[in-house]
Amino acid sequence: MFDWFMQTFPDAQPLHGLAGGVLIGLAGAVMLLGPGRIAGISGMTARVAGLSGGAPWPLAALFLAGLPAGALAVATLIGGIPAQFPPSLVLLAVAGLVTGVGTRLGSGCTSGHGVCGLSRLSPRSIVATLTFIATGMVTVALVNALGGGI
Amino acid sequence: MRNLMALLSGLLFGAGLALSGMMNPARVRGFLDIAGDWDPTLAFVMGGAVLVMALAWALQRRMHRPLACEDFALPGTRLIDARLIGGAALFGLGWGLGGLCPGPAIASLVFHPLSAGVFVVAMLAGMLAFRLVDTRRG
Repeated sequence: MFDWFMQTFPDAQPLHGLAGGVLIGLAGAVMLLGPGRIAGISGMTARVAGLSGGAPWPLAALFLAGLPAGALAVATLIGGIPAQFPPSLVLLAVAGLVTGVGTRLGSGCTSGHGVCGLSRLSPRSIVATLTFIATGMVTVALVNALGGGI
Repeated sequence: MRNLMALLSGLLFGAGLALSGMMNPARVRGFLDIAGDWDPTLAFVMGGAVLVMALAWALQRRMHRPLACEDFALPGTRLIDARLIGGAALFGLGWGLGGLCPGPAIASLVFHPLSAGVFVVAMLAGMLAFRLVDTRRG
């Protein structure tokens, strides 16, 4: 089964994915059962930037500060994190802008809706997650059809 | 105590993102590229995360208050409206374009300050623009 999977999807890293996912789930669990909040990254970001209410500022700021720190710890342990960014800064700026507007309008992103809300079986989060996966897939298909590579 | 727990949550989240491969925009786009060489890794990430979180919700339902605060502060709205769907659709557009969502972008700031920085600054600008035109401030 595993061999079949790896032959069909040679680029996939299912075990890394699963292990990372479990850590992300634990992160959400600590935030939910400790401070009693949703570990939603777009919401916490808006809070830290003073663009919305919500969690106490130090709580949101420490949560966000933990993201690069935790990633840095893993990078040190496993010897770097492979990453291939789109080369165009204009594209990244447009992507960031749309992400900023969309996550505020839709009240969440992959963490809040995709992990915390989906696992709660929140109808809003189920609809939001299906929607952003669908438009993400359409976007990638269009970009690839228009020459890709960006 | 609640601040320490928030930091711990962030650290675990960042570690999970790094380990899962989700800080690689090419891999995220690979998941969204169902017409091409589909990379299902992200489905395993979400599966693992949702499984653990589902247990956390089961615990939460048995708790009268969280461990480090007086009350739970959880979203209670069940409204599925144009804001939710339009916002999620826009977010998906950005996600597909850049291969980045807010978490991996912020975690990547220390590794790829220029690329991730451009994305994060633009994201903050988008949030600010929304704040300025939104009539329902929360």
